[in-house]
Amino acid sequence: MADALDSAVSPVESLAHDVALIPGVSHVSVQLDELVVLTDLPSLLSVLTTLRDHESFAFDQMMDLCGVDWPERPLRFDVVYNLLSVALNHRVRVIVQTDAATPVPSIHQLWPCATWWEREAWDLFGILFSGQPDLRRILTDYGFDGHPLRKDFPLSGFVEVKYDEEQKRVVNVPVSLTQDFRSFDFISPWEGMVTLPGDEKAQAMRKAQAAPAKTSEAPTT
Amino acid sequence: MSTITEYPTAVGEAGAERREWPETMMPNRDPNRTKTVEIDSHSINFGPQHPAAHGVLRLILEMDGEVVERADPHIGLLHRGTEKLIEYKTYMQALPYFDRLDYVSPMCQEHTFALATEKLLGITAPERAQWIRTLFAEITRVLNHLLNITTYALDVGALTPSLWGFEEREKLMEFHEAASGARLHANYFRPGGVAKDLPAGLEEKIAAWAETFPKFIDDVATLLTGNRIWKQRTVDIGIMSPEMALAWGFSGPSLRASGVPWDLRRSQPYDKYAEVDFQVAVTRNGDCYDRYIVRMEEMRESVKIIKQCLAKMKPGPVKVQDRKFTPPKRAEMKRSMEALIHHFKLYTEGYHVPAGATYTATESPKGEFGVYLVSDGTNRPYRCKIRATGFSHLQAVEVMSRRHMLADAVAIIGSIDIVFGEVDR
Repeated sequence: MADALDSAVSPVESLAHDVALIPGVSHVSVQLDELVVLTDLPSLLSVLTTLRDHESFAFDQMMDLCGVDWPERPLRFDVVYNLLSVALNHRVRVIVQTDAATPVPSIHQLWPCATWWEREAWDLFGILFSGQPDLRRILTDYGFDGHPLRKDFPLSGFVEVKYDEEQKRVVNVPVSLTQDFRSFDFISPWEGMVTLPGDEKAQAMRKAQAAPAKTSEAPTT
Repeated sequence: MSTITEYPTAVGEAGAERREWPETMMPNRDPNRTKTVEIDSHSINFGPQHPAAHGVLRLILEMDGEVVERADPHIGLLHRGTEKLIEYKTYMQALPYFDRLDYVSPMCQEHTFALATEKLLGITAPERAQWIRTLFAEITRVLNHLLNITTYALDVGALTPSLWGFEEREKLMEFHEAASGARLHANYFRPGGVAKDLPAGLEEKIAAWAETFPKFIDDVATLLTGNRIWKQRTVDIGIMSPEMALAWGFSGPSLRASGVPWDLRRSQPYDKYAEVDFQVAVTRNGDCYDRYIVRMEEMRESVKIIKQCLAKMKPGPVKVQDRKFTPPKRAEMKRSMEALIHHFKLYTEGYHVPAGATYTATESPKGEFGVYLVSDGTNRPYRCKIRATGFSHLQAVEVMSRRHMLADAVAIIGSIDIVFGEVDR
């Protein structure tokens, strides 16, 4: 009995097997019991269409669309679609990579609610969506410059608003901090500092010991 | 620590048939679909300081006489950059921001973030903490629905429910205060449990309240449910069919009012929802009146869940006993060196969360509230995307209010229960 239960395929795993067969899907994995699907820009629309319309997937709701910025990568943005199937009670996360210049095909024809989420991704990250007729800014101020959720955008921003007594209106001025922006490095020195002062010799010996062990491990991994 | 399973994928060309939505479901924006006709049109700026706008909603209404042709909500007037701020805070410091999103149902937002962090950390809150969280999530649900129903009635012209409802809300906020020390911004649900145990006598007080509250719901129902004016203002206004509600990303009471029996507490249970018995309220018409009815029934169900939580709760620890994640007791800190170190490390550096990502969603009073949390293995979230419930609902105001009267737009905004702290983030 216990064996039978162990060998039984969980719903998310069987869904993963099915999703892996969709043409255009480049990578399928299950992370923390959540199904993650990677695809590329040309096949994004057809993959999402299949996920929505095929009866074994039936993802009738697009719950969330967001960007994630990884500035060190050549394709710096992840665009993440979180889909939900109300009919079959399962979820999937579809991830596609892009950069600041390459537009992502808009999915507002598949799920009309995507419009605002795409506007938000454009506003906060500067991710372009092709075929989206309403790509206005949504959350930031009228006339705002820049994309605040990018990792290279400072937390304090570049401008602040204040009321100008002479012009009798609210104006944007460069941000001035009365106190320096404090970003504490909480990474513990006991873990972060590898070589303690005066301990260099012991550290060199540890390195020498660790080096052969590493090379012997390499072929197996 | 996260186990990643990989699957082989098929390579080849894709080409699936796409199902198109009917025209009535899409925003009226395609130049090929719209035809130019001469009408006496003018636009109205509704808000951002309008008493019926539920906060800072600026709605540009293109009117044909008194009929709404197009509604364009402008949001972001309350945008505070919560997601950006969270990237610069430890997980423990990030939690209070969730109270300040939807300030009408603070604890339910904390719940999602606590569950998401727990999932990444691979820890589970102890039994009693899960019961307390279920209990307070339901108290918060009543708190939220009370404010929504009564102010919605106020928008439509009924003053009395709001006067009654705020008195009842006050009692519930006293429970919040007794448990957490704050009436609104509780900071009570933490990754790994709750901040502290319930004070002595609170369970009896909540039980006593749960006995009297159904009478209050009946009183409000006598004011509204059969009221002729209320029904004239809400029945058949802002109808969302089940297909439309799904396509526009509806969730929670707004989705159930359209006849889709979907409740995350039932279908994807978290904490102790699998062990309590409750009904999911569903109605068929998907109009403003049905959204009100669903919320009224949900309050009755919440009272049932609250009673069951109180009955099933047993004494025990209220947070994970691993001191790497939860702080030690104050008294212990005075004697134990190790406890002092743990306390210091937790409140300065915080804990490191293993690299990984999760989309965790809970049934907040307004609907599905989700957090997409990406961790890079440090003590701060790499990215914390907040899936605000009201964002999807507000977007659908355009299709819901098309060809309705201006006054109906107010009823529609009231019925979808939006709070701008959450929509704008």
